[in-house]
Amino acid sequence: MNLDKILRDLKNNLESVESLHDLSEVKAHYLGKKGEITSLYSKMKDLSAEEKKKFGALINNVKNEAADLIDNKKKEMENEILNEKLQNESIDISLPATEIIVGAPSILEKMIEDVESLLMSMGYDVVDGPEVEKDEYNFEMLNLPKGHPARDAQDTFYVKGDELLLRSQTSPVQVRTMLAGKGEKPIRMICPGKTYRRDDDDATHSHQFMQIEGLLVDKNISLSDLKGTFDLIAKHLFGEDCETRFRPSYYPFTEPSVEMDITCHHCKGKGCAICKNTGFITVSGGGMVHPKVLENCGYDPKKWSGFAFGFGAERLAMIKYGIDDLRVFYTNDLRESRVFDRKEAN
Amino acid sequence: MIDLEWVKDYIDISDQDLKELAVKITKAGINIEKVITNHIDNLVIGEVLKCENHPDSDHLHVCLVNVGDKNLQIVCGAPNVREGLKVIVALPGAILPGDFAIKKSKIRGVESNGMLCALYELGLEEKNEQTYSKGIYEVDSKAKVGVDAMKYLNLDDTLYELDVHKHRNNDCYYHIGFAYEIGAILNRKVTLPSDKTTPIKDEIKNYFSLKVDTDKCPYYLAKMVTGVKIGESPEFIKRRLTAYGMRSINNVVDISNYVMLEYGQPLHFFDKDTLGDKILVRNALDGEKIKTLDGVTRVLNSEDIVITDGEKPVCLAGVMGGENTEVTENTKNILIESAIFDGVSIRNTSNRLELRSEASIRYGKGLSFEYTQKAIERACHLLEKYAGAKVLSGTVKHDKVDKTPKVVSFKSSQINELLGITISDEDVKVELNRLGFPFEYEDGNFKAIIPFRRLDIDPYVNDIAEEVGRLYGYHNLVSTLPRVEIKKGKYDLDIKFRKIISKRLRSLGLNEVKTYTLVSSDMASKFKYEDKKQITLPLPMSVDKSVIRTSLISSLLKVYKYNRDHKVNDINIYEIAKTYDASYNEESKIGMLMSGNYLLNQWLGVNVKVDFYLIKGVVQNILDYLGFKNRYTFEKVEIPDLHPGMCASILLDRKKIGVIGRVHPTLIKEDVYVAELSLEALMSKVKPIKFKEALKYPEIVKDMAFIFKKDVLSSEVIDVIRKAGGRLLTEVKLFDVYTGENVASDERSLAYSLTFSAADRTLSEEEVMKVFENIIGKVEEKFGAKLRNK
Repeated sequence: MNLDKILRDLKNNLESVESLHDLSEVKAHYLGKKGEITSLYSKMKDLSAEEKKKFGALINNVKNEAADLIDNKKKEMENEILNEKLQNESIDISLPATEIIVGAPSILEKMIEDVESLLMSMGYDVVDGPEVEKDEYNFEMLNLPKGHPARDAQDTFYVKGDELLLRSQTSPVQVRTMLAGKGEKPIRMICPGKTYRRDDDDATHSHQFMQIEGLLVDKNISLSDLKGTFDLIAKHLFGEDCETRFRPSYYPFTEPSVEMDITCHHCKGKGCAICKNTGFITVSGGGMVHPKVLENCGYDPKKWSGFAFGFGAERLAMIKYGIDDLRVFYTNDLRESRVFDRKEAN
Repeated sequence: MIDLEWVKDYIDISDQDLKELAVKITKAGINIEKVITNHIDNLVIGEVLKCENHPDSDHLHVCLVNVGDKNLQIVCGAPNVREGLKVIVALPGAILPGDFAIKKSKIRGVESNGMLCALYELGLEEKNEQTYSKGIYEVDSKAKVGVDAMKYLNLDDTLYELDVHKHRNNDCYYHIGFAYEIGAILNRKVTLPSDKTTPIKDEIKNYFSLKVDTDKCPYYLAKMVTGVKIGESPEFIKRRLTAYGMRSINNVVDISNYVMLEYGQPLHFFDKDTLGDKILVRNALDGEKIKTLDGVTRVLNSEDIVITDGEKPVCLAGVMGGENTEVTENTKNILIESAIFDGVSIRNTSNRLELRSEASIRYGKGLSFEYTQKAIERACHLLEKYAGAKVLSGTVKHDKVDKTPKVVSFKSSQINELLGITISDEDVKVELNRLGFPFEYEDGNFKAIIPFRRLDIDPYVNDIAEEVGRLYGYHNLVSTLPRVEIKKGKYDLDIKFRKIISKRLRSLGLNEVKTYTLVSSDMASKFKYEDKKQITLPLPMSVDKSVIRTSLISSLLKVYKYNRDHKVNDINIYEIAKTYDASYNEESKIGMLMSGNYLLNQWLGVNVKVDFYLIKGVVQNILDYLGFKNRYTFEKVEIPDLHPGMCASILLDRKKIGVIGRVHPTLIKEDVYVAELSLEALMSKVKPIKFKEALKYPEIVKDMAFIFKKDVLSSEVIDVIRKAGGRLLTEVKLFDVYTGENVASDERSLAYSLTFSAADRTLSEEEVMKVFENIIGKVEEKFGAKLRNK
């Protein structure tokens, strides 16, 4: 009996195997119950115990080797089949993806959240207030008594007599916050929101618009503190190379009052049509809270001082994103607004 | 507008470059919008040497004009051109207002080398019939030929066009007030003009009495002059008014305007003889009439102030004089009025009558009494000097004006604290002197007196700080940050909810929009699913913005239509905004509108279209996200402007919090779905998240299908199944809705998949079957339903 020959034959047989079915037949031929190798065991019954042990070991070796050869062949064949299957499953990865649509924020809300994120990190609360507001809070307590000429510029939508109106500015929220503070609590807040004035809608006017006003009332606050705060906001919104400038101005509720300019975002301060060749554009107004306003709202101006500032959300967005028509914000053309579903540049 | 040549009468600025000065003034807070110089190149004085008729025209002249260095032939059509006349010549190269370039040309075949000019052609007068008929400007015969014409006429002034903030648009709009501002910036003294007169013995009170019967006129001064000779104004007045853009009329009228531009105090001159011997200032009567100087009859009401002769109005106070007492060529005796009237009242009158004058604008901006007296005396001085007037002794006056000076007491440390700078007491003294604010100083304590002309300054240290600050220069401020407690800012609760929901809706694929609170009454009348009355503005700007909305759906529909009309296909939008009802109750609402495809990949055949169940899914997602799982239901109702078969109320804890449905096809043909929720209703308390372990024991899933009448709602069936299923039933899911073969036309089949499990053991088939049978029984009993064979 030539065990080597059995293995040699097996190897030859395996080479000519073409399918898994063939392979299972080969396997049965050698390792099946009556297979060539299996049947070798039956020939051991006449051998002595010692020979049995020796011979048995030899057969075992052959059997194991044969099983390995068949198994390997099987794996090899299965791999080939799998590879062929995968090859057939290959797709054109250049075909269009199924788009996962996430909605875009309103440009104005995005702008506001940008300001909120900085100021909240500086301890400013974001406070809400009514849009139908008392004349008292919108004007009178802010040092704008009835008949004050500055009321003309904020020509207002009255809702009921001369007591209730659609707020012409978000400053009444500051009044409400101060009243709630009862002259005892320091205040740091912003109050972004909608405001209304009797303007005809065009590229630069809107009867409805959004302000982002801020107020800080504490001890020993100065105009230089407002300058530093404004610097941070300007750089946060328009980049580290943005420079700022204060100019004297007038608001009834602040004294001193300033207009706050930044280097023109468009020409970087060189001078262009947008900044009328000045290199600067005005983005905000503010000043030290008028002592009358502090007093009206229960804060003793001898102990407390503070600053207030205000931005137009539309104006900020127009500068930042190069929008030249105010109506864009309220038309809501999805072709324009969908672009805003993304993070800002670094 | 401020004429800098004029300002030089009151302050020495001869060494100043006026453009640089304008920059300094602007930096200090008075915004100079434009620096205008009345200068035109190639405009000279000439003399007409010869004047002959044009060979080919009956009105043109061919002139030989000496322009200094040469003689030029110029064709001129003016009737008054003649030999020996000195004229203004625009030489070739001159560019006249309106971009009118002068060139060599031929006029009807005759060469012409320039143009002889009228003042209106130089932009110095209004062009009208009167100025046109005067012809070319006749220059004084003493004028030197060849010199710059504007310079010779003293019209080459530099003017500042101001755009000043409201608080300073009173004192910066007259020349003396502006001189004080320059004085503060350059630290120079202001000299007031002469107001000396030599009054005659005769006293005004012998001719005239005054009564003021309104509190809207706290101050009224009157002086009288006699023997006035109406004639031309002196050159300096004419030139200055012309340069300023005002037409010279006659010496008397010009003086009243001139003094107003000096002191900011409007004056009114009455013809004393037509006025009579009495003045009564009072509120107008409703319906009372006056014919003003412009020849228009005005109907007044009790808000207006009038000057009367005791009976009839002779002047609409602070706005315009009456025709009946107007100064004419024959006027001999004049009564001069210098008064303070209530600014708000003048503004209202002027707005209502649409009648604006230099006087009404000045009164409207506010006027100080500081120069009321000075102005009337200055006018008398000029009338005496230039109109031959004799000034009567005395002044008739009504004086109820509060003359208490505004005093501010402060220390320089307070200014330093407010501005964040460090300046010394000595520096503060310098600044106060520059501003022309008198002050006392003792032991570090300042007491400054605010000049009355500075109406903008209140007696607060902040106001002094502003004055010091703007002269100190805000560009010199150093940036610091407030030294305050370190904390993190937080959102108000409703803002926080708004942000959370907003973010979630965006992640569900809806785009945020922003629309107007004010809508048309038509928009406001749609989708009224609540019993709310709306606010209609008493004085809207236009009908399309007249009502404050109580729902956002109409506005979203407008955005939908805009986008659809611009070929945007898939429109999924939302807005969160405040609404107000007629009782001024505020309610924030979340409006959603969805239409088109929600998910689409055409080549792949993936297409999820928006339908009722998708928007319902969005609403449920929001409610589940907020923690309201199992607390809300949808209840079928009919709502105006929504599809009657496809709409529902949304209930939370059995309270109505919103609506959902398809927009009624009569409003919009396409499938458009909307939903609206009250934000406030969603701010109620929810349980905290709690961890729940996954089941350890196998679940048993069993299906059942019944045939129901069509009007049975699936949610009702599920309620019954849940109740009958008890604790072992952990989930019920509808998996099939069937109508058609084997089901009657008024019936449908609903199939449910039921999951049973227990947390502590494996359930036996028997105990599940017992519950299952019970459920079947209850459903059959409750709805008369038939169990379908599996």
